[in-house]
Amino acid sequence: MALKPSPAGDTALRTLSYAQAAALAVQREMEADTHVVVLGEDVGRGGIFGQYQGLQQRFGAQRVIDTPISEAAIMGAGVGMALAGLRPVVEMRVVDFALCGLDELVNQAAKNRFMFGGQGRVPLVARLPIGIWDSSAAQHSQSLEAWFAHLPGLTVVCPSTAQDNHSLLRAALQCGDPVVYMEHKTLWGQPGEVDESLAVPLGRAAVRREGGDLTLVSWSRQALVCEEACAQLARQGIHAGLIDLRTLWPWDRETVLGACARSGRLLVVHEAVQAAGFGAEIAASAAEATGCRVRRLGAPRIPVGYAPVLEAQSRVSADQIVATAREMLA
Amino acid sequence: MTGLYRMMVRIRAFENAAEAASQGGVSAYGKAADGTARVRGPLHLSTGQEAVPAGACAHLRREDYLTSTHRGHGHTLAKGADLGRMMGELFGRATGFNGGKGGSMHIADFSVGMLGANGVVAAGLPIAVGAAHAQKLQGRDAITVCFFGDGAINRGPFLEALNWAGAYRLPVLFVCEDNRWSATTASGPMTSGPGASARAHSLGLPTLQVDGNDVQAVHEAAGRLVAEVRGGAGPRLLQALTYRVKGHVSVDLAGYRDPAELQAALQTDPIARARRRCLALEPDERVWNAIDAQAEQEVAAALAAAEAAPWPTADQAFTDVQTTGAGQWH
Ligand SMILES: Cc1ncc(C[n+]2csc(CCOP(=O)(O)OP(=O)(O)O)c2C)c(N)n1
Repeated sequence: MALKPSPAGDTALRTLSYAQAAALAVQREMEADTHVVVLGEDVGRGGIFGQYQGLQQRFGAQRVIDTPISEAAIMGAGVGMALAGLRPVVEMRVVDFALCGLDELVNQAAKNRFMFGGQGRVPLVARLPIGIWDSSAAQHSQSLEAWFAHLPGLTVVCPSTAQDNHSLLRAALQCGDPVVYMEHKTLWGQPGEVDESLAVPLGRAAVRREGGDLTLVSWSRQALVCEEACAQLARQGIHAGLIDLRTLWPWDRETVLGACARSGRLLVVHEAVQAAGFGAEIAASAAEATGCRVRRLGAPRIPVGYAPVLEAQSRVSADQIVATAREMLA
Repeated sequence: MTGLYRMMVRIRAFENAAEAASQGGVSAYGKAADGTARVRGPLHLSTGQEAVPAGACAHLRREDYLTSTHRGHGHTLAKGADLGRMMGELFGRATGFNGGKGGSMHIADFSVGMLGANGVVAAGLPIAVGAAHAQKLQGRDAITVCFFGDGAINRGPFLEALNWAGAYRLPVLFVCEDNRWSATTASGPMTSGPGASARAHSLGLPTLQVDGNDVQAVHEAAGRLVAEVRGGAGPRLLQALTYRVKGHVSVDLAGYRDPAELQAALQTDPIARARRRCLALEPDERVWNAIDAQAEQEVAAALAAAEAAPWPTADQAFTDVQTTGAGQWH
């Protein structure tokens, strides 16, 4: 898909946080297209994580719309606005609360285009932040990306860097179909260099590290943990390649399967519960297509606990990744 | 009056200590030597709202049920929960009500009928309806009380729960703590019409509105409604007008709010008002000072016990998930 170019003269690299990079992406798309609107709780004040900072001042309360605490209505209204020609950004705070608007996302947004024979289009971007949010326990820390990747009609994006959060959010806003856009709650403050002119298309993975001994595939915050693990492995003389998937649906089969065919070993790592996770899809696809050895690493199938020692059980550490990689090479 | 005063003072003392022990805290129980706060994650304080749970729960028996919100410390204490085990839970220790699994947002004491605080706005309403329906089916002489905020009335579960309770004439008292704010958004502009009691009225539920910072008024109004509910008359709703003195969570300094609004609200602090009334009944200050001191002592003991209590062990993260399939963590 051809992405619209960025405004000229704004190509300089600058350091932005993951949240600022996203706010800038929405700003640029709102400037470029008057159909883009934002709706959700507390967005007028910049969103609870600053991911809409400054937008209501700039574009007014008609385009950055504060809503009641009404997830079903927010999501459903987003579908209606989209059908009526707008391009809504639908804010859900955390994916856990998006469950309150699940019919509207799953049965309405995702199905509309197909069910009505292509008459309707639902170009909305639903922002559903995922991941463990320190000490926030079982109802604010889930990683439910696999649920949405399972649903025909939805595109699913899980960026891990400020640059990707900028570029992919812009791509999502230009997509034309519903996009489930999943930022990670502990990455909001993470700084990174952002080049506004850099277009990242949906569905293309990033090769973060080349390495022929085995292939690591990950996304979102866990991709950063994998980078740490790769560095440790490199010090031990093991060269692991790392692919950050960035988009879960459609996922970049070509890049992943090509790397697996070369290395013969795939380790998929995600923060979500391992059982029935999206890692299973990638592992099975890689095994089918290349016959490579596969392993998965994800959280045990337990709710995220509050006390630090309990919460830690749901985290996949760099040490675990290193140990599993070494086992695969033994 | 003495009992009501004592409960309000206990709630305030508990929350002041919890706040000091949370991220922004400065007391001896604030940041620990290792730099971490003793109470972690989001801590929603009910400072200034103490008259509502104190006044309403005074009519409840142990076998009555209660459901609560994310702002549930006061409700839980007023229902008779042990203050020490509550502090233990806020500290994430094994001695807490949930063994450190839940923390402040999920405080619960089933032994006194308190069925849990909730991290999802309005989620407690249908649960309360189910509990009340069970009470009715089982022919029990008990009722359910359900606390929720003014923001919750805009979510579907509010309407669905009230309708159901009315249709089945269930023994449930809905209590709206109308504190004028929903996170960083003022509730008024986000709410169509006059709010909780008008909506309940339209569904056929008799309602009362009360000054929620006047503990005696809350006590009287709740007493009337509880008696009707207990008598089998069907569901009732109490709308208590109060004010959220602190920010939405302990780290929120509420910079979005007009300071004059807070100053005006502080003039009607429910504890100061109750104290004036207490002094009219018993002019000897020492009587009331002793109650204050007792609350402080109890809280100090709870803090010390929580600090000394063991953490849960890592294997506790795997308990109480489910029975069938337990042990198969991946
Ligand atoms: C379904 C859902 N949406 C959003 C949130 C985030 N949130 C937590 S508390 C809150 C405000 C609730 O306002 P209100 O019901 O008035 O209760 P108060 O905080 O004022 O006590 C919001 C929006 C949530 N927890 N659950």
